[in-house]
Amino acid sequence: MTPIKKIHSRTVVMPSSNIDTDQIIPGRFLTTTTKQGLGKQLFADWRYDASGQPKPDFVLNQPAAQGCEVLVAGRNIGCGSSREHAPWALLDYGFRAVVSTEIADIFRSNSLKNGLLPVIVDETTHQWLLANPGAQVTVDLESCTLALPTGVAVRFPIDAFSRYCLMNGVDELGYLQSQESAIAAYERARA
Amino acid sequence: MTSPKTMFEKVWDRHVVVPETADTPAVLFIDLHLTHEVTSPQAFQLLRERGLKVRRPDLTLATMDHSTPTRTSQVFGGEPITIASAANQVRQLEKNCAEFGIELLGLQDQRRGIVHIIGPELGLTQPGKTIVCGDSHTSTHGAFGALAFGIGSTEVGHVLATQCLLQRRPKTLAIEIANRLAPGVTAKDLILAIIGKIGVAGGTGHVIEYRGAAIRAMDMEARMTVCNMSIEAGARAGMIAPDETTFGYLSGKPRAPQGAAWDAALADWRALPTDAGARFDMNVDIDAATLEPMITYGTNPGMVVPISAAIPSRAGDPVFDKALAYMGLTAGEPIKGQPVNVVFLGSCTNGRISDLRAAAEVLRGHKVAKGVHLLIVPGSQQVRREAEQEGLDRIFIDAGADWRESGCSMCLGMNGDTVPKGEYSVSTSNRNFEGRQGVGARTLLASPLTAAASAIRGRVTDPRDVLEG
Repeated sequence: MTPIKKIHSRTVVMPSSNIDTDQIIPGRFLTTTTKQGLGKQLFADWRYDASGQPKPDFVLNQPAAQGCEVLVAGRNIGCGSSREHAPWALLDYGFRAVVSTEIADIFRSNSLKNGLLPVIVDETTHQWLLANPGAQVTVDLESCTLALPTGVAVRFPIDAFSRYCLMNGVDELGYLQSQESAIAAYERARA
Repeated sequence: MTSPKTMFEKVWDRHVVVPETADTPAVLFIDLHLTHEVTSPQAFQLLRERGLKVRRPDLTLATMDHSTPTRTSQVFGGEPITIASAANQVRQLEKNCAEFGIELLGLQDQRRGIVHIIGPELGLTQPGKTIVCGDSHTSTHGAFGALAFGIGSTEVGHVLATQCLLQRRPKTLAIEIANRLAPGVTAKDLILAIIGKIGVAGGTGHVIEYRGAAIRAMDMEARMTVCNMSIEAGARAGMIAPDETTFGYLSGKPRAPQGAAWDAALADWRALPTDAGARFDMNVDIDAATLEPMITYGTNPGMVVPISAAIPSRAGDPVFDKALAYMGLTAGEPIKGQPVNVVFLGSCTNGRISDLRAAAEVLRGHKVAKGVHLLIVPGSQQVRREAEQEGLDRIFIDAGADWRESGCSMCLGMNGDTVPKGEYSVSTSNRNFEGRQGVGARTLLASPLTAAASAIRGRVTDPRDVLEG
């Protein structure tokens, strides 16, 4: 994985609360056996009409959304299915961070494992972001802050271990494998 | 004397290989890993890329359920699976299991079924175990006093490679359910009422323990229905303390402990329930006796009302209005009487034999209303055989239902079983998200009784009107 230090980008805003992973990537696209190429199916049922044409009123189809790496969503994004295809699709499309007041547990965990940064902010900051789509923000993983163009910077919580992995571009499996002797001892004690 | 512990804490503590610190999560040992065709291919690919083996193939069981067809002709009749990419996933799982030495209950295996139905059926789901699967409804297994939760595909790879996961300890939420459910009101109605009360994010970061008289009175299948939808309240897992009902269910199951091992297991399991005086991080109380059959009207499971109630309104909430617009429903109107096109009976929530028996009780001697498609999909091949031995299939077929082989089917539109665009489906499954059952499908979640009653009348129907009538 590519190390993440800072993300400097305009935002795309999707204010709906409870955006579930079925919306992020509908079930019919889950018959794939790879992680790649899901970006074109991201939000497919909100993004395309029945004939596969982009719906002009959907935010990702508007010119201002092009090149944005930060998605600001209503509270509780990522609820529902555990499909890791959701962060894969967001990353493949080009997003690198998701911001909300609440992020569902499994989606947050899956995002951290793929280099999609879950950023949880307070209600006031969230309201400001929802009201200012396209704002230029800086997500800084070093200081764990989200900086708004107003000059305000707010801290966001992130698990120390996940932060270490993201900043160094390493994944968790290597660490787990390094625990082999403890795992073997645990198995012996229980046998 | 040690301080009193919750059941969750006892199960958690027993599985900590390396304790968590401020810098690192706990290394948690996993006793049982269930896997299926949809969320595993990328995990096996990870093993291949790193040249790794499956550390404990004896602790993983694979089956296929999500993308598999339910038509007998495609399961047993030699006809190709309609969706080519789904067929490829099935072949890929066969190949992966052969290559990595994992037991697979494949497409034509008589023990195949929805992963959360077959774990308990086989007796693999046991009190005190840690159980994971790349599927959010893994919470189902918590009905036995196991700590069971859904994981992503990367974590599937972690379990395959190390039999462990890195986890931060979640918080605990006790939901105390006093009194008994009234006749015609089921476990499904209870869990829908709970989600309605605490909200779809009400359990985020928590493991729920369901407690109280209503839970103690339930059989195992009803308890599984309750725990199954814990994730719909955002919870990591749901658990119910094991008791004589649990032990009675497990006794004699093919992969449950036998003989002396059974006696030892029983002694162990009896020590699992939450100690008197143990504290939970959060507490919620519900009175079961006041509940009615419940039905959803919106696009998440928290948008739910008692069946006799009107569709609510939320002034100034555009998300709520958008949900009602998607559903084609109007605030202030009754939900009862809403015309229905499709009725789906099945899924890991309500695809067990007791669910089919309940529906058969309503359907016996009746016909499905004209124009309604009633699809009945048993949760496993064993459930299918039991239903056929009891003659339930005759009741269903005589009523005009479509009787299928097991699988996830119409719960999630990825296997060919879908609700047509714009049509209304009363479904015993777990999610009413936009497009979940097919593009533009409008899902109303309810119990098997409500689903069967609605199939007969062709409208959303209170099952008590049919059962008493």
